[in-house]
Amino acid sequence: MLRYVLRRIVLTVPVIAGILLISFLLTHVSGDPTDLILPPDTPDEARALFREKHGLDRPIWVQFYVFSLHALQGDFGNSLRFHEPAVKLVTDRLGATTELAMAAMALAIAVGIPAGVVAAYRRNTAADVAIRAVSLFGQAVPSFYLGIVAILVFAVWLGWLPSGGRGTLAHLALPAITLALGLVALIARTTRSCMLDVLNQDYVRTARAKGLGEAPVVWVHALRNAFIPVLTVIGLQVGFLLGGVVVTETVFSWPGVGRLAVQAIYARDFPVVQAVVFFFALIFVIVNLIVDLLYAVLDPRIGYR
Amino acid sequence: MTDQPAPAPAAPDARPRGQWGLVFGRLMRKPAAIFGLAILLLFIAWALFPALFSPQDAYAQSLVRRLRPPSFLDRGVDGYLLGTDHLGRDILSRIIHGARVTLLVSFFAVLIASVVGIWAGLLAGFVGGTTDAVILRLIDMQLAFPVVLLVIALVAVLGPSVTNLIILMGLSAWPRFARIVRGSVLSVRGLEYVDAARSIGAGRSRILVHHILPNILSAIIVYASFELARMVLLEATLSFLGLGVQPPTPTWGGMINDGKNYLSISWAASLFPGIAIALIVLALNLLGDELRDALDPQLSHD
Repeated sequence: MLRYVLRRIVLTVPVIAGILLISFLLTHVSGDPTDLILPPDTPDEARALFREKHGLDRPIWVQFYVFSLHALQGDFGNSLRFHEPAVKLVTDRLGATTELAMAAMALAIAVGIPAGVVAAYRRNTAADVAIRAVSLFGQAVPSFYLGIVAILVFAVWLGWLPSGGRGTLAHLALPAITLALGLVALIARTTRSCMLDVLNQDYVRTARAKGLGEAPVVWVHALRNAFIPVLTVIGLQVGFLLGGVVVTETVFSWPGVGRLAVQAIYARDFPVVQAVVFFFALIFVIVNLIVDLLYAVLDPRIGYR
Repeated sequence: MTDQPAPAPAAPDARPRGQWGLVFGRLMRKPAAIFGLAILLLFIAWALFPALFSPQDAYAQSLVRRLRPPSFLDRGVDGYLLGTDHLGRDILSRIIHGARVTLLVSFFAVLIASVVGIWAGLLAGFVGGTTDAVILRLIDMQLAFPVVLLVIALVAVLGPSVTNLIILMGLSAWPRFARIVRGSVLSVRGLEYVDAARSIGAGRSRILVHHILPNILSAIIVYASFELARMVLLEATLSFLGLGVQPPTPTWGGMINDGKNYLSISWAASLFPGIAIALIVLALNLLGDELRDALDPQLSHD
């Protein structure tokens, strides 16, 4: 077991190196980084001075090495807009983003898994068809549009909920539901297909044969085994969630990392953009590591090779 | 040879239909497929000849008829069926014109994604070994990474031109194609007819092009329609964030973004373009589902 854990952790090293390379290259893909940072009418001497000050005159691999060294210590330089360390801007907003992402994920699981179980158990009935239709529509509607419609209905027309900002539970409701809807469809569909596989297994028949009621058979015996692939899908959706956060936070003026990223991109504040890309990637890597390890714990058939 | 009866050219229906004729016939029996195809064709027609369909000039501004509701409601203006936006432009005409950018960008992005993905998938599945392991790792990494953020950042750095959008969106979507192709290659590679081809001396590239590719073509076509739907959503998201094709060219995402600031005064400007996005995505997803069934030789189709 310990060897499996160690091996899995070692495997993340090249991934992190790749992420460092990507966030480094972000400012270099268009050629000269000073074009991105300085105003276009900057005189050449000022450009040279800027390059020297920030080490941009050195060979590119030296720059990458220095960048990586600093990045691993959490130093992406100062924000060009706020003149504060870029990492501090990100970590200050991490709480708000985590709150939103967790709320959305909890909501999606709480609705998606029962919906999937019901759809599988009552296969081809009205309930199943309804759940499938809703998930088909849930996939077709872009999340930012869903957010706008939610604001229109619940904030502008009905006046029940605030249209943006953070603070009370009422502020959290609309962005969390918007972010959750795409996930609900996916979790429900995965649960449905996994449950359909499991419900035909021998041990489910055995459980029924020994006189167990339908509820424990479906919700305990079957769901427990259907849950493992569902867990993987949920783990993989962290990437989706982090991407969704960017859009949802922008729509609802939620003061999180996603909105910071979009604003930094508009303002060409590249240290912040790099810090966000690196942070998001790191979160994603860590969560996937945890999911992989959990997977091994939950499913005894997985070899710890 | 010459005295054989020639197939009657006047009655093409009497000929046995090819595979694609068969598939098309199956599709046309499904209401969902007909609906999807109809919407897709309508939007393609809009994208090709927007001027033909628009009731108004999509770029004509007017201060007197700003932010009007649909013409069938109070305060609506005749001839402006879905109302006007914050510059007094006709919303319906702008939706019709907006189909062009969305479909153009999404189509070519899927083309790039499929070319790169098919190539990588064939390589991984057919060569195997370290090549396979590296490509698989890349696929996994990119599939789960929040690519939206990266695409947004890159579009911001490189500039939101149509070409950049197509290339970046295309490169963001290759892993799905690669995975599906790799899986199909692995399942086909060991089959007898491939061994047979190899035993009569067919080279690697011949086997790939003549024996493996035709077999996985239907899986690729089904996937392309789902990917097209995803690219439409991505393009809409980018233009909503102001990183799509720039104004005054109408884009559906951009229209929703413009309307967002006037939600409390006028809902029409934001609401209707979103319906267009949802319709085309739904149509593509339905079409993909039905194509998958129609292309599956193991399902009974009666």
